[in-house]
Amino acid sequence: MQVQCKIRRYNPTQDKKPYFSVYEVRMEPTDRVLDLLNEIKWKLDGTLTYRRSCAHGVCGSDAMRINGRNRLACKVLVRDIGQKMTIEPMMGFAVLRDLVVDMEPFFEKYKAVKPYLVNDDPAPVTERLQTPEERAAYDDTTKCILCAACTTACPPFWSNPDFVGPAALVNAHRFIFDSRDKAGAERADVISGREGVWRCRTVFNCTDACPRGIQVTNVMEEVKRKLLYDRA
Amino acid sequence: MYRGREGMWAWIFHRVSGIGVLLFLFIHIVDTALIGWGPGVYNAVTSIYHEWTIFRFLQFTLIAAVLYHSFNGLRVIVIDFWPKGYKYQRQLFYGAMALTVLALIPTGYFLLGPVFGIETRQG
Repeated sequence: MQVQCKIRRYNPTQDKKPYFSVYEVRMEPTDRVLDLLNEIKWKLDGTLTYRRSCAHGVCGSDAMRINGRNRLACKVLVRDIGQKMTIEPMMGFAVLRDLVVDMEPFFEKYKAVKPYLVNDDPAPVTERLQTPEERAAYDDTTKCILCAACTTACPPFWSNPDFVGPAALVNAHRFIFDSRDKAGAERADVISGREGVWRCRTVFNCTDACPRGIQVTNVMEEVKRKLLYDRA
Repeated sequence: MYRGREGMWAWIFHRVSGIGVLLFLFIHIVDTALIGWGPGVYNAVTSIYHEWTIFRFLQFTLIAAVLYHSFNGLRVIVIDFWPKGYKYQRQLFYGAMALTVLALIPTGYFLLGPVFGIETRQG
Protein backbone atom coordinates (compact mmCIF):
# COMPACT_ATOMS: atom_id res chain seq x y z
CA MET A 1 0.00 0.00 0.00
CA GLN A 2 1.05 3.55 -0.74
CA VAL A 3 1.76 5.57 2.40
CA GLN A 4 2.30 9.27 2.74
CA CYS A 5 4.48 9.77 5.78
CA LYS A 6 5.06 13.16 7.36
CA ILE A 7 7.97 13.23 9.78
CA ARG A 8 8.90 16.04 12.12
CA ARG A 9 12.55 16.87 11.54
CA TYR A 10 14.94 18.94 13.59
CA ASN A 11 18.69 19.20 13.66
CA PRO A 12 19.58 21.73 16.36
CA THR A 13 22.99 22.45 14.81
CA GLN A 14 21.45 23.49 11.47
CA ASP A 15 17.76 24.25 11.79
CA LYS A 16 16.27 27.28 13.49
CA LYS A 17 13.05 25.39 14.15
CA PRO A 18 11.51 21.98 13.47
CA TYR A 19 9.90 21.29 10.08
CA PHE A 20 8.09 18.42 8.41
CA SER A 21 9.49 16.20 5.65
CA VAL A 22 6.99 14.26 3.57
CA TYR A 23 7.88 10.88 2.08
CA GLU A 24 5.89 8.64 -0.25
CA VAL A 25 6.64 4.97 0.32
CA ARG A 26 5.21 1.64 -0.82
CA MET A 27 4.79 -0.75 2.10
CA GLU A 28 3.11 -4.05 2.78
CA PRO A 29 0.07 -3.57 5.06
CA THR A 30 1.68 -6.02 7.49
CA ASP A 31 4.94 -4.06 7.68
CA ARG A 32 5.58 -2.24 10.89
CA VAL A 33 6.06 1.50 11.18
CA LEU A 34 9.69 0.76 12.00
CA ASP A 35 10.06 -0.98 8.62
CA LEU A 36 8.68 2.15 7.01
CA LEU A 37 11.23 4.33 8.82
CA ASN A 38 13.99 1.95 7.76
CA GLU A 39 12.72 2.10 4.16
CA ILE A 40 12.98 5.88 4.25
CA LYS A 41 16.37 5.96 5.94
CA TRP A 42 17.95 3.23 3.85
CA LYS A 43 16.56 4.19 0.46
CA LEU A 44 15.26 7.75 0.42
CA ASP A 45 16.89 9.95 3.04
CA GLY A 46 19.85 8.78 5.09
CA THR A 47 19.75 11.87 7.30
CA LEU A 48 16.53 10.76 9.04
CA THR A 49 17.43 9.98 12.64
CA TYR A 50 15.60 7.72 15.09
CA ARG A 51 16.43 5.17 17.76
CA ARG A 52 15.81 1.47 17.42
CA SER A 53 17.57 -1.54 18.77
CA CYS A 54 15.86 -4.89 19.21
CA ALA A 55 12.97 -4.07 16.85
CA HIS A 56 10.71 -6.50 18.70
CA GLY A 57 9.02 -4.43 21.37
CA VAL A 58 11.36 -5.35 24.19
CA CYS A 59 14.16 -2.78 24.34
CA GLY A 60 11.91 0.28 24.41
CA SER A 61 14.08 2.40 22.08
CA ASP A 62 11.64 3.42 19.38
CA ALA A 63 8.76 5.05 21.25
CA MET A 64 7.46 8.00 19.22
CA ARG A 65 4.28 9.89 18.49
CA ILE A 66 2.51 8.17 15.60
CA ASN A 67 -0.58 10.04 14.43
CA GLY A 68 -0.65 11.91 17.73
CA ARG A 69 -0.29 8.94 20.07
CA ASN A 70 2.78 7.44 21.70
CA ARG A 71 3.51 4.03 20.23
CA LEU A 72 6.50 1.75 19.66
CA ALA A 73 7.28 1.95 15.93
CA CYS A 74 8.23 -1.75 16.02
CA LYS A 75 4.86 -2.84 17.44
CA VAL A 76 2.46 -0.93 15.18
CA LEU A 77 1.52 -2.22 11.75
CA VAL A 78 1.27 0.18 8.83
CA ARG A 79 -2.27 -1.01 8.06
CA ASP A 80 -3.42 -0.03 11.55
CA ILE A 81 -2.25 3.55 11.01
CA GLY A 82 -3.45 4.00 7.45
CA GLN A 83 -2.18 5.70 4.33
CA LYS A 84 -1.58 9.06 5.98
CA MET A 85 0.90 8.99 8.78
CA THR A 86 2.46 11.70 10.91
CA ILE A 87 5.42 10.76 13.05
CA GLU A 88 6.78 13.10 15.70
CA PRO A 89 9.17 12.76 18.64
CA MET A 90 7.79 12.19 22.13
CA MET A 91 6.71 15.34 23.96
CA GLY A 92 8.30 16.83 27.06
CA PHE A 93 11.96 16.06 26.37
CA ALA A 94 14.52 18.07 24.43
CA VAL A 95 14.82 16.88 20.83
CA LEU A 96 18.43 15.91 20.07
CA ARG A 97 17.69 15.25 16.43
CA ASP A 98 14.55 14.31 14.47
CA LEU A 99 12.84 11.56 16.50
CA VAL A 100 15.61 11.21 19.06
CA VAL A 101 14.95 12.88 22.43
CA ASP A 102 17.19 13.39 25.44
CA MET A 103 16.24 10.57 27.81
CA GLU A 104 18.72 11.50 30.56
CA PRO A 105 16.15 13.35 32.75
CA PHE A 106 13.89 10.29 32.38
CA PHE A 107 16.55 7.92 33.70
CA GLU A 108 17.45 10.36 36.50
CA LYS A 109 13.90 10.04 37.82
CA TYR A 110 13.94 6.29 37.34
CA LYS A 111 17.08 6.09 39.51
CA ALA A 112 15.55 8.42 42.10
CA VAL A 113 12.86 5.88 43.08
CA LYS A 114 15.48 3.19 43.87
CA PRO A 115 14.21 0.67 41.34
CA TYR A 116 15.83 -2.33 42.98
CA LEU A 117 15.17 -4.63 45.90
CA VAL A 118 16.38 -3.25 49.23
CA ASN A 119 16.55 -5.73 52.07
CA ASP A 120 19.46 -5.74 54.50
CA ASP A 121 18.21 -8.70 56.56
CA PRO A 122 20.65 -11.61 56.60
CA ALA A 123 19.97 -13.71 53.52
CA PRO A 124 18.09 -16.92 54.32
CA VAL A 125 19.56 -20.29 53.40
CA THR A 126 17.00 -20.71 50.60
CA GLU A 127 15.03 -18.08 48.65
CA ARG A 128 12.99 -15.30 50.25
CA LEU A 129 9.63 -16.96 49.76
CA GLN A 130 6.50 -15.24 48.50
CA THR A 131 2.94 -16.48 48.19
CA PRO A 132 1.33 -16.36 44.72
CA GLU A 133 -0.88 -13.53 46.06
CA GLU A 134 2.14 -11.52 47.19
CA ARG A 135 3.74 -12.03 43.79
CA ALA A 136 0.55 -11.03 41.98
CA ALA A 137 0.43 -7.66 43.77
CA TYR A 138 3.18 -6.23 41.55
CA ASP A 139 2.92 -8.49 38.51
CA ASP A 140 1.70 -5.71 36.19
CA THR A 141 4.64 -3.42 36.96
CA THR A 142 7.32 -6.03 36.22
CA LYS A 143 6.54 -5.56 32.53
CA CYS A 144 7.96 -2.04 32.10
CA ILE A 145 10.61 -1.61 29.37
CA LEU A 146 11.40 2.07 30.12
CA CYS A 147 10.39 3.33 26.68
CA ALA A 148 8.99 6.58 28.19
CA ALA A 149 5.76 6.37 26.15
CA CYS A 150 3.69 6.86 29.33
CA THR A 151 5.69 9.71 30.84
CA THR A 152 5.75 11.68 27.58
CA ALA A 153 1.98 11.19 27.11
CA CYS A 154 1.27 12.77 30.49
CA PRO A 155 -0.10 16.37 30.50
CA PRO A 156 1.05 17.08 34.10
CA PHE A 157 4.54 16.04 32.97
CA TRP A 158 4.47 18.30 29.88
CA SER A 159 3.69 21.31 32.01
CA ASN A 160 6.04 20.35 34.84
CA PRO A 161 9.20 18.47 33.82
CA ASP A 162 10.08 18.03 37.50
CA PHE A 163 7.15 15.63 37.98
CA VAL A 164 8.68 12.21 38.59
CA GLY A 165 6.30 10.80 35.97
CA PRO A 166 4.34 7.57 35.41
CA ALA A 167 7.30 5.39 34.34
CA ALA A 168 9.31 6.05 37.51
CA LEU A 169 6.18 5.45 39.59
CA VAL A 170 5.50 2.16 37.82
CA ASN A 171 9.00 1.06 38.77
CA ALA A 172 8.55 2.32 42.32
CA HIS A 173 5.29 0.32 42.52
CA ARG A 174 7.23 -2.77 41.43
CA PHE A 175 9.18 -2.65 44.72
CA ILE A 176 6.73 -0.87 47.04
CA PHE A 177 4.30 -3.77 46.59
CA ASP A 178 7.02 -6.43 46.85
CA SER A 179 6.66 -8.12 50.24
CA ARG A 180 10.46 -8.69 50.40
CA ASP A 181 11.40 -5.05 49.96
CA LYS A 182 12.23 -2.85 52.96
CA ALA A 183 12.89 0.55 51.39
CA GLY A 184 9.33 1.91 51.57
CA ALA A 185 10.31 4.87 53.75
CA GLU A 186 13.34 5.75 51.60
CA ARG A 187 11.20 5.94 48.45
CA ALA A 188 8.40 7.84 50.16
CA ASP A 189 10.22 11.19 49.89
CA VAL A 190 10.35 11.03 46.10
CA ILE A 191 6.95 9.42 45.66
CA SER A 192 4.78 11.39 48.05
CA GLY A 193 6.74 14.63 47.79
CA ARG A 194 5.91 17.77 45.86
CA GLU A 195 6.79 16.26 42.48
CA GLY A 196 5.54 12.80 43.33
CA VAL A 197 2.48 10.71 42.58
CA TRP A 198 -0.01 13.41 43.64
CA ARG A 199 0.72 15.30 40.43
CA CYS A 200 -1.21 12.56 38.61
CA ARG A 201 -4.54 13.87 37.32
CA THR A 202 -5.91 10.51 36.11
CA VAL A 203 -5.76 11.55 32.46
CA PHE A 204 -5.26 7.90 31.36
CA ASN A 205 -3.00 8.86 28.42
CA CYS A 206 -0.26 6.79 30.05
CA THR A 207 -2.41 3.66 30.18
CA ASP A 208 -3.35 4.11 26.53
CA ALA A 209 0.28 4.67 25.51
CA CYS A 210 1.89 1.72 27.33
CA PRO A 211 3.04 -0.80 24.70
CA ARG A 212 3.22 -3.47 27.40
CA GLY A 213 -0.39 -3.06 28.45
CA ILE A 214 0.48 -1.96 31.97
CA GLN A 215 -2.52 -0.29 33.63
CA VAL A 216 -0.33 2.70 34.44
CA THR A 217 -3.03 4.98 35.84
CA ASN A 218 -4.28 2.20 38.08
CA VAL A 219 -0.72 1.61 39.28
CA MET A 220 -0.50 5.23 40.38
CA GLU A 221 -3.91 5.01 42.02
CA GLU A 222 -2.68 1.99 44.00
CA VAL A 223 0.38 3.95 45.11
CA LYS A 224 -1.83 6.90 46.12
CA ARG A 225 -4.18 4.68 48.13
CA LYS A 226 -1.25 2.95 49.84
CA LEU A 227 0.27 6.30 50.85
CA LEU A 228 -3.10 7.47 52.14
CA TYR A 229 -4.09 4.29 54.00
CA ASP A 230 -0.61 3.78 55.49
CA ARG A 231 -0.80 7.26 56.96
CA ALA A 232 -4.25 6.66 58.43
CA MET B 1 -0.58 18.03 19.75
CA TYR B 2 -1.38 14.77 21.49
CA ARG B 3 -4.47 12.81 20.50
CA GLY B 4 -5.79 11.75 23.89
CA ARG B 5 -8.96 9.77 24.43
CA GLU B 6 -11.87 10.15 26.87
CA GLY B 7 -9.63 10.50 29.92
CA MET B 8 -7.79 13.45 28.42
CA TRP B 9 -11.00 15.18 27.32
CA ALA B 10 -12.47 14.62 30.79
CA TRP B 11 -9.38 16.30 32.25
CA ILE B 12 -9.40 19.21 29.76
CA PHE B 13 -13.10 19.92 30.37
CA HIS B 14 -12.51 19.64 34.10
CA ARG B 15 -9.72 22.23 33.97
CA VAL B 16 -11.61 24.63 31.69
CA SER B 17 -14.86 24.38 33.68
CA GLY B 18 -12.95 24.82 36.94
CA ILE B 19 -11.23 27.99 35.72
CA GLY B 20 -14.52 29.25 34.26
CA VAL B 21 -16.33 28.81 37.57
CA LEU B 22 -13.46 30.54 39.39
CA LEU B 23 -13.67 33.53 37.04
CA PHE B 24 -17.40 33.76 37.67
CA LEU B 25 -16.67 33.75 41.39
CA PHE B 26 -14.66 36.98 40.95
CA ILE B 27 -17.56 38.62 39.10
CA HIS B 28 -19.91 37.33 41.76
CA ILE B 29 -17.84 38.87 44.57
CA VAL B 30 -18.00 42.22 42.76
CA ASP B 31 -21.78 42.09 42.12
CA THR B 32 -22.52 40.99 45.69
CA ALA B 33 -20.32 43.75 47.08
CA LEU B 34 -22.46 46.30 45.21
CA ILE B 35 -25.10 45.96 47.94
CA GLY B 36 -22.79 48.24 49.94
CA TRP B 37 -23.95 51.09 47.68
CA GLY B 38 -27.59 50.29 48.38
CA PRO B 39 -30.37 48.23 46.76
CA GLY B 40 -30.73 50.63 43.83
CA VAL B 41 -27.22 50.04 42.53
CA TYR B 42 -27.34 46.32 43.31
CA ASN B 43 -30.66 45.74 41.54
CA ALA B 44 -29.68 47.81 38.54
CA VAL B 45 -26.50 45.81 37.99
CA THR B 46 -27.83 42.31 38.78
CA SER B 47 -30.88 42.79 36.56
CA ILE B 48 -28.42 42.56 33.67
CA TYR B 49 -28.19 38.82 34.39
CA HIS B 50 -31.86 38.41 33.46
CA GLU B 51 -32.40 41.10 30.90
CA TRP B 52 -29.37 40.84 28.67
CA THR B 53 -29.67 37.83 26.38
CA ILE B 54 -25.91 37.27 26.33
CA PHE B 55 -25.93 36.99 30.13
CA ARG B 56 -28.60 34.30 29.97
CA PHE B 57 -26.30 32.29 27.71
CA LEU B 58 -23.36 32.96 30.02
CA GLN B 59 -25.41 31.78 33.01
CA PHE B 60 -26.30 28.66 31.08
CA THR B 61 -22.59 28.07 30.39
CA LEU B 62 -21.81 28.66 34.05
CA ILE B 63 -24.35 26.08 35.19
CA ALA B 64 -23.07 23.64 32.55
CA ALA B 65 -19.53 24.16 33.89
CA VAL B 66 -20.59 23.67 37.53
CA LEU B 67 -22.56 20.52 36.64
CA TYR B 68 -19.80 18.95 34.55
CA HIS B 69 -17.16 19.81 37.15
CA SER B 70 -19.27 18.21 39.90
CA PHE B 71 -20.12 15.04 38.00
CA ASN B 72 -16.58 14.55 36.72
CA GLY B 73 -15.31 15.28 40.22
CA LEU B 74 -17.40 12.35 41.44
CA ARG B 75 -15.93 10.29 38.59
CA VAL B 76 -12.40 11.10 39.78
CA ILE B 77 -13.33 10.20 43.38
CA VAL B 78 -14.70 6.85 42.18
CA ILE B 79 -11.48 6.18 40.25
CA ASP B 80 -9.40 7.21 43.27
CA PHE B 81 -11.16 5.12 45.91
CA TRP B 82 -12.78 2.16 44.15
CA PRO B 83 -9.97 -0.25 43.20
CA LYS B 84 -11.85 -1.36 40.07
CA GLY B 85 -12.88 2.18 39.13
CA TYR B 86 -10.11 2.65 36.57
CA LYS B 87 -11.65 -0.08 34.39
CA TYR B 88 -14.78 1.98 33.96
CA GLN B 89 -13.25 5.44 33.59
CA ARG B 90 -14.52 5.74 30.00
CA GLN B 91 -18.08 4.74 30.91
CA LEU B 92 -17.94 7.04 33.94
CA PHE B 93 -16.93 9.92 31.65
CA TYR B 94 -19.90 9.29 29.36
CA GLY B 95 -22.08 8.98 32.45
CA ALA B 96 -20.87 12.35 33.75
CA MET B 97 -21.55 13.87 30.33
CA ALA B 98 -25.04 12.35 30.16
CA LEU B 99 -25.94 13.59 33.65
CA THR B 100 -24.67 17.06 32.74
CA VAL B 101 -26.79 17.19 29.60
CA LEU B 102 -29.85 15.81 31.43
CA ALA B 103 -29.59 18.39 34.18
CA LEU B 104 -29.18 21.12 31.57
CA ILE B 105 -32.54 20.40 29.98
CA PRO B 106 -34.65 22.10 32.71
CA THR B 107 -31.92 24.73 33.08
CA GLY B 108 -32.14 25.51 29.40
CA TYR B 109 -35.94 25.56 29.51
CA PHE B 110 -36.16 28.16 32.26
CA LEU B 111 -33.06 30.19 31.42
CA LEU B 112 -33.11 30.22 27.62
CA GLY B 113 -36.83 29.58 27.04
CA PRO B 114 -37.74 33.28 27.20
CA VAL B 115 -34.95 34.07 24.72
CA PHE B 116 -36.63 31.81 22.18
CA GLY B 117 -40.13 33.08 23.00
CA ILE B 118 -41.18 30.17 25.22
CA GLU B 119 -43.42 31.25 28.10
CA THR B 120 -42.08 29.95 31.41
CA ARG B 121 -43.32 30.74 34.89
CA GLN B 122 -39.91 32.13 35.84
CA GLY B 123 -39.62 33.88 32.46
